[in-house]
Amino acid sequence: MDLVSEDRLAKMQPVEKIRFIIDEVKDGKILVLEKGLTPEEEATLIEMTMTQIEPDDFAGIEMESYPSQTDKSLLGKLLKKNVVRTRLTVIGPANKLKTLKKDRDMISALVSSK
Amino acid sequence: MGVMGSFKKFFKRLFNKKNARIGIYGPPNAGKTTLANRILRDWTGDAMGSVSHVAHETRRARRREGVTIQSNGGSISLDIIDTPGLATKIDFHEFMELGMNEAESKRRAKEATEGVIEAVKWLENLDGVILVMDATEDPYTQVNVTVIGNMEARNLPLLIVANKTDLPESSATSIREAFPQHPMVAISALEGKNIDTFYDEVAKRFG
Repeated sequence: MDLVSEDRLAKMQPVEKIRFIIDEVKDGKILVLEKGLTPEEEATLIEMTMTQIEPDDFAGIEMESYPSQTDKSLLGKLLKKNVVRTRLTVIGPANKLKTLKKDRDMISALVSSK
Repeated sequence: MGVMGSFKKFFKRLFNKKNARIGIYGPPNAGKTTLANRILRDWTGDAMGSVSHVAHETRRARRREGVTIQSNGGSISLDIIDTPGLATKIDFHEFMELGMNEAESKRRAKEATEGVIEAVKWLENLDGVILVMDATEDPYTQVNVTVIGNMEARNLPLLIVANKTDLPESSATSIREAFPQHPMVAISALEGKNIDTFYDEVAKRFG
């Protein structure tokens, strides 16, 4: 399991970030991202994961993030884009990581070593 | 309809504004196509697609333009997009467990991955989302969290539907408590329970 700091991911472009996550997870690693991903990055990660799925090899990912928090500023309303504060995210191979229970502030997961 | 509503309608007609594009999203088997079929049957007499208890029955987004919904003495016209179920993993073994052979299961899994990609791409081209949740399941699925986050980031309207309230184990309250910042309506798309309230909310949010 790798714990990835906010600084490490902040240095990467969005596409690099997604590529890094996919590569690590396909290698069997479970990543804990200190600052998580934006909702747009999560959607891109789901999309890219789908392109990588191979029968008998890679079935996809398990991703667990808390609901993000949105700052509804006046500027955000004018630009029709809000500032989203992301929170910790855990990502791993679907065959190794399983969410047991999740709520607004707590994630329980089972990690298997198979 | 208030003065503002009349102005809005007037300008919409004047500039021939396109219908709002509303995507029906949710995890597999939440009842998205059942709801899309309900909407179309109620307002066009038609249907959107087939439904099944096997996940990923809808593997291509389906779009129906100009669906006019009457509510509260007014009407709105929407383009409805029924999207494939969003998922972060698709394992063909799960289809085999439901009785499909290996080749069929692998084909369905492949098509399902393409459907998820299509659903994600549609997210960028919508004016609002109806997010269908299975009220018998935990509402904090990653798919729900991601779709809600995307709508919030883009400041686009979202209506949460707590579906399957005909089932005794359903709990619309847990969905409301999970996402209190968004409007929610509890329905049974299958039986049509509380569907008029749903149409009122659709008109309010997307009209």
